Amino acid sequence: MPNACSNEHQIHSKFEELKARREGALVAYLTGGDPDPKTFVSNATALVEGGADIVEIGIPFSDPIADGPVIQASSQRSLKAGSTPKNVLDLIRELSSQHNVPFVILTYYNLILAMGLEKFVSTTKDSGVSGIVVPDLPIEENDQFHNLALKHGIDNILLAAPNTVQSRLRQILAKSRGFLYLVSLYGVTGPRETLSPQALETLKRVKSLVNSRIPISAGFGISHPDHVRTLMKSGADGAIVGSALVKVVAEHLDSPGEAAHELKNRVAELKSATR
Amino acid sequence: MRELEGAYYKFSREPSFKRQLKKWLENYAGRPTPLYLAENLTRRAGGAKIYLKREDLLHGGAHKINNTLGQGLLAKRMGKRRIIAETGAGQHGVATAMACAALGLKAEVYMGTADMERQRLNVYRMKMLGAKVHPVDSGSKTLKDAINEALRDWVTNVEDTYYLLGSVVGPHPYPTMVRDFQSVIGKEARQQILKQEGRLPRAVVACVGGGSNSIGIFHPFLHDLEVELYGVEAGGQSQQPGQHAASLVAGKEGVLHGMLTYVLQDDNGQVQTTQSISAGLDYPAVGPEHAHLMNTGRAKYAAISDDEALDAFKTLSETEGIMPALEPSHALSYAMKLAKMYGGSDSVIVNLSGRGDKDVEIIAKRMLE
Repeated sequence: MPNACSNEHQIHSKFEELKARREGALVAYLTGGDPDPKTFVSNATALVEGGADIVEIGIPFSDPIADGPVIQASSQRSLKAGSTPKNVLDLIRELSSQHNVPFVILTYYNLILAMGLEKFVSTTKDSGVSGIVVPDLPIEENDQFHNLALKHGIDNILLAAPNTVQSRLRQILAKSRGFLYLVSLYGVTGPRETLSPQALETLKRVKSLVNSRIPISAGFGISHPDHVRTLMKSGADGAIVGSALVKVVAEHLDSPGEAAHELKNRVAELKSATR
Repeated sequence: MRELEGAYYKFSREPSFKRQLKKWLENYAGRPTPLYLAENLTRRAGGAKIYLKREDLLHGGAHKINNTLGQGLLAKRMGKRRIIAETGAGQHGVATAMACAALGLKAEVYMGTADMERQRLNVYRMKMLGAKVHPVDSGSKTLKDAINEALRDWVTNVEDTYYLLGSVVGPHPYPTMVRDFQSVIGKEARQQILKQEGRLPRAVVACVGGGSNSIGIFHPFLHDLEVELYGVEAGGQSQQPGQHAASLVAGKEGVLHGMLTYVLQDDNGQVQTTQSISAGLDYPAVGPEHAHLMNTGRAKYAAISDDEALDAFKTLSETEGIMPALEPSHALSYAMKLAKMYGGSDSVIVNLSGRGDKDVEIIAKRMLE
């Protein structure tokens, strides 16, 4: 069995390691199995080679309500190519056995329910995954899932948004493991030209509540090295880039070999902005 | 969600809000609606008396206005001027456009492109009423996808925008709030049947897509245990996955649009596409309260096929001179079967939730085939 237990607390160690080097974390996202399993594996490998500190993989769902058009389209491509949660996790197992970076998955709750909570968490763990993000599972409903994740040593990464009220934000900070996923704007995922005005404001508000116990990574709309740099300067511990990378995959559907090359360069640029 | 829940509980309890809504429902929407004893239809079915709760006579042609006036007034009190909504058959979109025009609010409606094609008339109506219609081209291009898009808009513009959901679906407090606004149907029907028959009906029958007209008429009868409640889903063309929209009859427990309910899905949890001749029932999930009523056995659920619904449409049109929408035609079809099994002293109420004008084109096409 690859990585038995070695994925536990891997995210925590990664942030510690980066802190010692005075760097922020670059979390790079791709949708699992997009556009096909083989291209996906070489693209995800390119993220690691480009210097991604954490790789986040989406398990595609038919109705991704937190996602904008870019990730919606990638989910559809992947589903059309025959992706299931099981075979995306198999691909992650292949990746995680070859690369020593933490892998995080993002998926919607119905897929977890359909597989069965415990089976999902244990299969995920066996695939070498370190953390799980479930954008449509609010903290009020996640006790059972959260406890299973704890039991299996997987970080249940929670999200907070600009309009999350203070009392709820405190609960989320207390419960989130690995890092806090800060939604940096009002809206869904998607590449943006500029950093949203709420991003820094919310970051500041969250920072004032955290006593550096849990790292904060900001996502949604983070597209350019400039955005990453600004976030780091304002105290974020990590930046999550998704749609801007998935867009590269979409632009190279006819030349999948070039996608990996382009992704590696993009990630390297983004990563250098965290230093 | 918390802001909305707080505002709903605060304002909906205020006597001034209740008075204001009552006035709008009476003077603008046309409440109360009649409870009509359909004698010709009763003779045709042969059995229990069939009563029709005439929501089709409301302004806009469907029960949807009960909810859009309620939520429109709420949005106004919350200080939100931009209203977004989703629509399947277009009835909720039209009712939203009407309420917004009357209340001085700005309406934008998300609608699947497949639905825009088959319910063209309602697209024109919404536009003429001053609403902006956003075509939704993702997924199955129907109601489910319109809800996805409206939710995405809402999280983007939550500060100044009110999401006026049209059915008893979605995250709390929508299922509760929409039920409360639609319960006026059942409250009236219960009083009317007691007045006309001197006793409660044997059964109440309504169609179920998301489930707002059915919950609206069921709710005031929930504690009358002798009254049987039947929800009728869209059986589409066949029982094969993808060819119907019967979430309660054929779905599995799942989470969609922020609710735990029955969802039509494959073994991996991917939501399946649905099919029904009636755009208003074409939805792969159902309001969570219906899931509860089915699990406790208080209400029973069945499916009626496209062809059966069309037959019921023709029967009601020819026997009573009332053209029902295709959605309640499903309920009518089932009610005629039920009535046959009961005696002539029993009565059955069907919620005639909307009128058929919007469906004339579809039905004419099918009749010529």
